[in-house]
Amino acid sequence: MNESTGYWRGVWTEYKRDKLSVLAMFLIFSLFLVAVFDDLLAGKKPIIMKYQNNIYSPAVFNHKKLIGMDFSDQDEIKDISSFVIFPPVKYSATENDLFSVLSPPDKNHYFGTDDRGRDVLSRMIHGTKISLSIGFVAVGIAFIIGITLGGIAGYYGGRTDFVISRLFEIMITFPVFFLILTILAFRDPSIYNIMIVLGATGWTGIARLIRGDFLKIRNYDYITAQRALGANDIRIMFVHILPNALAPVLVAATFGIAGAILTESALSFLGFGVPPPTPSWGDVLSQSKKYIDFAWWLVIFPGLAIFLTVTSFNLVGEGFRNALDPKLRGR
Amino acid sequence: MENILEIKNLSVSIGDKQNGFEVVSDVSISVPKGKVIGIVGESGCGKTITALSVIKLLPDPPAKITSGEIIFKNRNLLELSDEQLRLIRGNEISMIFQEPVSSLNPVFTIGEQIGETIRTHNKINRKEERDRVIELLKLVDIPDPERRYSNYPHEMSGGMCQRVMIAMALCCNPDLLIADEPTTALDVTVEAGIIELINNLRNEIGMSVILITHDFGIISEIADEIYVMYAGRIVENAKNELLFNNPKHPYTIGLLNSIPDLNDIKNKYLKMIPGNIPSPQNYPKGCRFNDRCEMMIDKCKRSVPLLEKVENEHESACFRSGEINL
Repeated sequence: MNESTGYWRGVWTEYKRDKLSVLAMFLIFSLFLVAVFDDLLAGKKPIIMKYQNNIYSPAVFNHKKLIGMDFSDQDEIKDISSFVIFPPVKYSATENDLFSVLSPPDKNHYFGTDDRGRDVLSRMIHGTKISLSIGFVAVGIAFIIGITLGGIAGYYGGRTDFVISRLFEIMITFPVFFLILTILAFRDPSIYNIMIVLGATGWTGIARLIRGDFLKIRNYDYITAQRALGANDIRIMFVHILPNALAPVLVAATFGIAGAILTESALSFLGFGVPPPTPSWGDVLSQSKKYIDFAWWLVIFPGLAIFLTVTSFNLVGEGFRNALDPKLRGR
Repeated sequence: MENILEIKNLSVSIGDKQNGFEVVSDVSISVPKGKVIGIVGESGCGKTITALSVIKLLPDPPAKITSGEIIFKNRNLLELSDEQLRLIRGNEISMIFQEPVSSLNPVFTIGEQIGETIRTHNKINRKEERDRVIELLKLVDIPDPERRYSNYPHEMSGGMCQRVMIAMALCCNPDLLIADEPTTALDVTVEAGIIELINNLRNEIGMSVILITHDFGIISEIADEIYVMYAGRIVENAKNELLFNNPKHPYTIGLLNSIPDLNDIKNKYLKMIPGNIPSPQNYPKGCRFNDRCEMMIDKCKRSVPLLEKVENEHESACFRSGEINL
């Protein structure tokens, strides 16, 4: 007898057949690594340094012994330490350098600098963390709201369903982007507020998918059987129905992440995004507004990053949708 | 004999007051401890509705219990709260269903599913739980239980899935097992195995069983007492042998006659009851069987015959029971 293959393993086998989706997933995985290790990839603080016979890693930790040390001059750091490794991109994401304002890409600044002399590559590396976490946290919030409301509506049906469904419809009629702009106009535009606002406005699609599946699955025999065996409502909803309804929602969630990253970029571009000097891709892009006629590097690189990331998430979502839907298999 | 479950004058309606209709009318069934009660009847005559009412699993709305009592161990189940009922379901009353494969959740292994039911009703650690699950799988004659533990439902045959369902139903040693057509979706050979299993378990554990079926063969094998249902009413009830040897209701006689007889090769056609079972919206007035009955008299159209004792441990709901003698 073969080893049991679960549902998700079958889906993965099917997913792997689409090489473009696998590539997209690889790209997203790399972006994750960049986001997690951003301090090791770009910044002024050394990854490892040997100072007075002790080994420190100022890029990762705030060492007590090194408080007060000025990391802005790298030559000086080199002089005082016997051994030092700097990140591959030796510039901080937030520090201004007025001697190299708007310099095009060269051997020092691979992606050029912006109008305050900040290294674009460094800002983009640190911006990866901001942009991805906005995407994930916003969709995470949307996911929780969507599953709870959609699940309750679909599972209980009747009057409960009626009330919650009208709530979806009211939410859908709002032009979401302007709603977000309005809310952010009244609240300080911190990264957390953006996450919450994007999450609180983006749950309708997920909720409707969940509701539909719950309506269908709650009448399946194995749910009646579970009820006959004494399972309670919460258990039936989240242990028995949810895993069977999750597949299409995960697809929607990947598209949602792409959408959230894009919306954040648009907000930053309009000046409603993360507050400066916090780097995000949209923020770098918005720097280019005034210099768009010559500073092509301020447009191309962040634009490309947003484009590739959003496309990758969409490709992953599409790959999963195809893998989950037997009717689309083998095309 | 002490009754573990008593259904008293149960009526169930579907739909609202204006255009609702009764699907189960005035049904009374008593289940003695350790006995197998068989409920037989054609499709759509209210067998499953009756069974689902016992553990209040009727889809409400549209179905509604309009009157009656269901007494289980001196408690009226219809008056209990949802939470109290939940503790009874699976623990003291279990149910197995017609379609074993679709009654198991496709995303969990069977071991996890049985274990979960144990956990719902008992405090138990993972190791004990696994041992208990494997013990149960052995009890229901599943070969190689250690390996089957981590199989998904789609990797098992219908018969095996029904054994898993029975194992789930038995995991808390229930006092009453409701088996709703447990073998309808299975092969005849597998059917025999399942019936034998239920019978053995009944003898070993001493639980009572309500067995719902439309197959007289199964009923005659294991039921102690048989209720025949037609169009939402009980038309006859008797001890096993009495019903087969001395049926007193024309409907029962019709059902028994329509069992094909292997020795009768001259007859090319199966005997059957003429007509179809009426739909609940337009049950005939009086005796609901009157439009298909060969023995119909005027009285049958006017008034409803009640269950009346025809002999010891034998009741029939027909005005002309006394004339029937086979």
